[in-house]
Amino acid sequence: MADIKIVLPGDIIDTHRKEDTEQPESNAEDSASVIRLGPGLLQASEAVSAVTAGVLHSNSETNRWWVAGNKRRYVAAVGEPVVGVVVARHGEGYRVDIGSAHDALLPHLAFEGATKRNKPNLAVGTVVYGRVVVANSVMDPEIECYNSNTGKSEGYGELSEGFMFKCSLGLARRLIDTKAPVLAALGNGVPFEVAVGVNGRVWVNAENVETTILVANAIRNSEYLDAKQCRQMVKELLEKQ
Amino acid sequence: MVAEIGPSNIESAFLLEALKKGTRVDGRGIYDYRTLKISCGPTYGLAEVQLGQTWVLARVSCEVTRPFPDRPTEGIVLFNTELSNMAGFGLESSRSSTQEVAISRMVERVIKQSRAIDAEALCILAGEKVWTVRIDVHFLDHGGNLIDAASIAAIAALRHFRRPDVTIDGEEAIIHDVRERNPVPLSIHHTPICVTFGFFGAAGDMLVLDPTLLEEQVQVSSFTITLNSHREICALNKAGGIPLSPAQIQRCTQVALAKVDEVNEKIQLALKASTA
Repeated sequence: MADIKIVLPGDIIDTHRKEDTEQPESNAEDSASVIRLGPGLLQASEAVSAVTAGVLHSNSETNRWWVAGNKRRYVAAVGEPVVGVVVARHGEGYRVDIGSAHDALLPHLAFEGATKRNKPNLAVGTVVYGRVVVANSVMDPEIECYNSNTGKSEGYGELSEGFMFKCSLGLARRLIDTKAPVLAALGNGVPFEVAVGVNGRVWVNAENVETTILVANAIRNSEYLDAKQCRQMVKELLEKQ
Repeated sequence: MVAEIGPSNIESAFLLEALKKGTRVDGRGIYDYRTLKISCGPTYGLAEVQLGQTWVLARVSCEVTRPFPDRPTEGIVLFNTELSNMAGFGLESSRSSTQEVAISRMVERVIKQSRAIDAEALCILAGEKVWTVRIDVHFLDHGGNLIDAASIAAIAALRHFRRPDVTIDGEEAIIHDVRERNPVPLSIHHTPICVTFGFFGAAGDMLVLDPTLLEEQVQVSSFTITLNSHREICALNKAGGIPLSPAQIQRCTQVALAKVDEVNEKIQLALKASTA
């Protein structure tokens, strides 16, 4: 893709490619060009239109199209890692705020090694790192703090020290990719731990308060910077310390 | 809908630990404002203020009405705020939110009771026609410290605003269209600016200027002082929270004096740079 195409909600997307000009007709009946629509796109009768503002992406091998938008309100989707805050305790589990329209349910037993007799006891206000297991438009979302297949926590569970801050959903998604330049640059400079939730919340922990603040600010500043600028920004922050 | 929840336990603990060492979680010093951006225009009376992540829009408009019967020679100033879901999570659109009412009353008091606007200059024909000036403040993003941002936006919008020119011909008042005659500014006596402090710790001994949303949720007390560039105190506001000593109040006043001068300069620059 040579240029970046920005779309707004309501824009009709032309899913024909420049390479397909030999077959310019009907994409509906031609089974060789079945198009898969990802987030941000909807099919309205014959036409495909964008429903979010963002950059239009496509993958020519799988013929997937999607819109990479950026906002701050999270909509839960299955399989995504999220950082949540416990807001209430019930008989069956905890109510956890993950930033979506409805609070998520975290069952008491959804932790590594939890049995009926041996349940973790989380207070209201505890920060947890979990994975979304149920998310649809008719039910409240549900999360779990372990991998239910292996029974191991795999990093999920209570986050007990450090600091948590909010960021945009776009930045969170870029951070999840472990080669994110700001995390790599910081990792070369200071030791720290980070847990990124795609719901726009990031947890950071470092040796002391000043370093934690430095890491948090570096991540927040990196939103609109490219890789080279990120490295420069981190370098300046570390030198000032 | 999710009700407004407090901060998580690690956020509060970390914030207090950082404050004990004299730093804030966003790296600011305790007497530092966040980046303040003010822009006026493109139409008269429109001002947008960004204080860090907090984003406020103020709009001033006017119309000719009858005066109040007990004040026939004074114009009317109406003040309105809109704080909705757009500004942040857990904020309802219903007007009965105590937080919104508190902010609205504070800024309204600052503008009206400090007599920033000359209400008598708004009179057209005594007992019959006066200008009603209406200030609408919209909170677009709640990043903490809405009061300061709203007061800066409101006063900048008022100073930027131009009303139609009026000629009095005996018993008649002719209101000139803005295309015929240039509109004239309102008569503003002085520019009150609110400066808010947050206090932390059991004795309220740690304080910060311009609290962010997280700092506002963790603070034990809040204190707003309103000053103008003539070094006059227009208002003091301390509603609830732990008690503060006179020494603390004086320290805040000194800091606020310096800050108000900086803010005033920024407002002047924004008014000059306006494209209206």
